[in-house]
Amino acid sequence: MSGVRVLVGTRKGAFILASDAKRDQWNVDGPLFGGWEIYHLKGSPADPNRLYASQTSGWFGQIIQRSDDGGKTWHQPGTPPGEPTTAPDGTPKGESNKFVYDGDPGTHQWYDGTLRPWEFKRVWHLEPSLTDPDTVYAGVEDAALFRTTDGGQTWQELPGLRGHSSGASWAPGAGGLCLHTILQDPSNPERLFIAISAAGAFRTEDAGKTWRPINRGLHSLYIPDPTAEVGHCVHRIAMHPSRPNVLFMQKHWDVMRSDDAGESWHEISGNLPSDFGYPIEIHSHEPDTIYVVPIKSDSEHYPPDGKLRVYRSRTGGNEWEPLTNGLPQRDCYVNVLRDAMAVDTLDSCGVYFGTSGGQVYASADAGDSWSPIVRDLPAVVSVEVQTLP
Amino acid sequence: MIRVVLPVHLRTLAHVDREVTLDVQGEATQRSVLDALEASYPMLRGTIRDHVTQQRRAFVRFFACGEDLSHEAADVPLPAAVARGTEPFLVVGAIAGGS
Repeated sequence: MSGVRVLVGTRKGAFILASDAKRDQWNVDGPLFGGWEIYHLKGSPADPNRLYASQTSGWFGQIIQRSDDGGKTWHQPGTPPGEPTTAPDGTPKGESNKFVYDGDPGTHQWYDGTLRPWEFKRVWHLEPSLTDPDTVYAGVEDAALFRTTDGGQTWQELPGLRGHSSGASWAPGAGGLCLHTILQDPSNPERLFIAISAAGAFRTEDAGKTWRPINRGLHSLYIPDPTAEVGHCVHRIAMHPSRPNVLFMQKHWDVMRSDDAGESWHEISGNLPSDFGYPIEIHSHEPDTIYVVPIKSDSEHYPPDGKLRVYRSRTGGNEWEPLTNGLPQRDCYVNVLRDAMAVDTLDSCGVYFGTSGGQVYASADAGDSWSPIVRDLPAVVSVEVQTLP
Repeated sequence: MIRVVLPVHLRTLAHVDREVTLDVQGEATQRSVLDALEASYPMLRGTIRDHVTQQRRAFVRFFACGEDLSHEAADVPLPAAVARGTEPFLVVGAIAGGS
């Protein structure tokens, strides 16, 4: 029987929530990696038993974890427990948590206008290849794109992105200079989209060798030139696999749409009560049905009026309806972060999101009604969903 | 043998449940002890020292014999009691490192 597995990253560990296709009874497994910040977990589209997790800590830095059995057991790639800790040639293992910029890292802009050396801090987002379980992209802070092709044992930077002529001008947003969104075009393996706070969106047509900014149409009042080529605080981009030229973006302010693979963007905020927010998601079977969670403002990181409302557009933007059934409609002041919303691919599309208050809400009817799977986890950073056969 | 006490999260990563003992070649210094630790437990690479610079991570501290050795140079000999194995070398997560 088919089912779903919800992968939840929190400030203090990971949790795996599992259910059959009815999605009304859940098993909660965790915390995994208790005490560590789990920025992201994601399963391979090519092998649902292959999971990757970004485990990070202010004390001990970056760890990559991998599971080959759907999350039952985990290990640092290249050094499975019980195996020799050196390769036959004597080379030490344990390179899976090594993220080193290619060549001389150079500098980027700091908040105060000075130049700072690029410094690896953590992996924000792991995006497994659509076709190969051993290939994974990693979006990191300070913003760069890394890739492994050996199941996470070693990671190499794709330096063309950071080497773009604008790279030295990138500056961090409040959350850091992070590369948080990685989208793969299922119709063209050479094409990737990424987004960086606060540089903007970029696209490659040659599998990551060269990149160019795709920010025309964005308008950001917090930078000197509101329509600059780079410098926009993009919070999240979403793409439906059936229509890879259409992109939806939640920006620092403004919800945006592109119908030409990012060449140009136009605003679709319409009747939203606030167009500030973090996540944006697309219905798995209806490419013009999209979801956002409006947040009051860039300093008031909670829902307007204390009401937690997901907004759904069935028209590809501009016309939005609040989804409130089962969500708290008074005294609610949680946030929903950029990677903390996901959809399943069951016939009745499931939608999931996690909050800074530790709730994970699920809807088995495309958002018409919601119920909490769990209420009291640590603050949720990321939510991903696997639809299991 | 050198005795090393790891913080709980690094013991979990290293799959050990108590202090570890290391056979350190030559003089016992921070560098030689950490080299031996990482050779035996490569999953700890990068968690105590930076992968490239080999500098101590900002929120990791080294204690031994009631002293904070964190700011000692990496090649300064450790106290004789640590070298003899009568006192452990402690790797500690700094009180300021978490959230």
